[in-house]
Amino acid sequence: MKLKPSAIYIIWMTLFTLIPMALVLYFAFTNPMGKFTLDNIINVGRYSSIFLKSIWLGALSTIICLLIGYPLAYMISKVNTKYQNIMVMLIMLPMWMNFLLRTYAWMTILENNGIINNILSSIGIAPLSLINTSGAVVLGMVYNFLPYMILPIYSIIVKIDKKIIEAAQDLGAGKRKVFSKILLPLSIPGIISGITMVFVPAVSTFIISKMLGGGSNILIGDLIEMQFLGNSYNPHLGSAISLVLMILILISIGIMNRFDRSSINEDYMSHH
Amino acid sequence: MKKLGEKLLKKKFIMSFISIFFVILLILLGISLAFKNSSSNNITLNVYNWGEYIADGTDGTLNVNEEFTKQTGIRINYSTFQSNEALYAKMQSGGTKYDVIIPSDYMISKMINQGMLRELNYNNIPNFSFIDDTFKNSNYDPENKYSVPYTFGTVGIFYNKKMVQENEDSISFNILWDKKYTGKILMFDNPRDAFAIAQIRLGLSVNSDNVNDWYRSAEELKKQKPLVQSYVMDQIFDKMGNNEAAIAPYYSGDAPLLMKRNPDIGFVIPKDGTTKFVDAMCIPKDSEHPEAAEAYINFMCRPDIAIENIKYIGYSSPESIVKENLDPEVKNSKICYPDEETLNNAQTFTSLTNEINSLIDDLWVSVKTDGDNNNPFALVLVILMFVLLYLLAVIYQKKKS
Repeated sequence: MKLKPSAIYIIWMTLFTLIPMALVLYFAFTNPMGKFTLDNIINVGRYSSIFLKSIWLGALSTIICLLIGYPLAYMISKVNTKYQNIMVMLIMLPMWMNFLLRTYAWMTILENNGIINNILSSIGIAPLSLINTSGAVVLGMVYNFLPYMILPIYSIIVKIDKKIIEAAQDLGAGKRKVFSKILLPLSIPGIISGITMVFVPAVSTFIISKMLGGGSNILIGDLIEMQFLGNSYNPHLGSAISLVLMILILISIGIMNRFDRSSINEDYMSHH
Repeated sequence: MKKLGEKLLKKKFIMSFISIFFVILLILLGISLAFKNSSSNNITLNVYNWGEYIADGTDGTLNVNEEFTKQTGIRINYSTFQSNEALYAKMQSGGTKYDVIIPSDYMISKMINQGMLRELNYNNIPNFSFIDDTFKNSNYDPENKYSVPYTFGTVGIFYNKKMVQENEDSISFNILWDKKYTGKILMFDNPRDAFAIAQIRLGLSVNSDNVNDWYRSAEELKKQKPLVQSYVMDQIFDKMGNNEAAIAPYYSGDAPLLMKRNPDIGFVIPKDGTTKFVDAMCIPKDSEHPEAAEAYINFMCRPDIAIENIKYIGYSSPESIVKENLDPEVKNSKICYPDEETLNNAQTFTSLTNEINSLIDDLWVSVKTDGDNNNPFALVLVILMFVLLYLLAVIYQKKKS
């Protein structure tokens, strides 16, 4: 018996991607009696405010991650190579801790009797209501997913040939021009994968909104969880919601990839 | 030439790696089969219970499962679940066959209705006689054919004595709607328990099959929402323990622990009505060892074993003989063993129809997203916008090249 390495890929994909996807599709388009129906998909429309909120919060935290992550990644790439590994490791360090624990820690920081408000009240500022707001949810997402933004951008920036930048400088380009004409276009592939890696988990997260959002900031993830572990066991509606979410994510990845390709084309042309 | 050799070597390496992997897999499979055969005369019971819901040998208690194996030779494969719904979902998805499960009242009646439970042979459970009569033939299992009560508890109100002015006797569920405590109130993050509180305030049955009753309760919960700090479950331990919140409804079994952690916290069970829950032992229909399972249930009812369990769990026992043998402070505590009036006024959950259950979930989402604009076309619009954006990106790219 000869087993090609690609066979492993096919077996793996069939078992853990294709079959589960087929199950989601099957459940989304059937009723509990197993008959075909579109009701589940139509019913998803009733939760559109939750979808909008999730997309909005997910997009917001992705933008914030990008604004924080890009300069950080750039700074790390500028540091002496000796220290770069340590700096990258420090970025990853919180990820070695359990995700729940990290979020839980934020709860005690943001609470009305938490660390921040204790400090504020000791210097005479009225306590702020930080926890149980959508801002706290965004903070939780940014904190948890920031490493996924920094790492791909960093790994692209360190690979940029220093000679190109030097050439631009020799030809009289200022700092700003070097950034906007050389550095930024060349790091777009990293930005794209960073955005995808942050936006996808952010839009489908569920425990952050529960712990930091006080239970009244329901996101899509919470809604899906409710269909499986809630009061009524309804895998059909749950699958339909997941399906719509997957389509949304698919389209947004498609959009991102378009930008990616156009940047590569530009590179190609500028090199020739 | 060298490259080809390298490639072949690589291929050989991968092939041998795969074959080693499969050989190991086969060996493991063989071992596990042999193991199973050798112990075929030894029964193993699959017991599925709530987390931290059996004496396990810590804190100087008896390890109940080990003791059972010692006395009967029947081995126990013990696993735990977090909610009745998780238990139900697990049983629906199949895979594992359980022999003993311990769901709560309403889940038991749901499982009875769906034919998921097996009728018990009470001749094999003589210790059932220790269960108090008030816990037999409850509304979730009217003829008491399927279940043997394990523990019970009530829902009461935790309050911080330093933040709440009212004295204990005047506290009822109305305090959860008192504007004075805006932002200091915690609420169940569990639709059934949250709705029950609104229903008790409105004087409705918590098992109502009238759709309007549920809509009315949802309106009450929407009115309460601006006062609620957050909707939580076990997080009340932290939030009440750290004086973050002043008032929270929760289960009586958690009272001793929370009151020990923060001495400012009191617990009161509303006399004029609350909900009472019973967790009871049942045998699923597809159990492979029903007689051994009945022996296990019988063992769990044995007063000396039940005392060990109750001491560990902290909830209340449906056996008077167990209650009598507990420490006087627990035995006489109104939290663990409320007076008859309170218990009589307390309602028990039974199962609801699928329509009502879906309605509850919908209403619960509407309570939580109250004030948000919920237009179904908004979602369609968003998807269209996404597609449009994609097309724009394609056109932009084409134009550029």
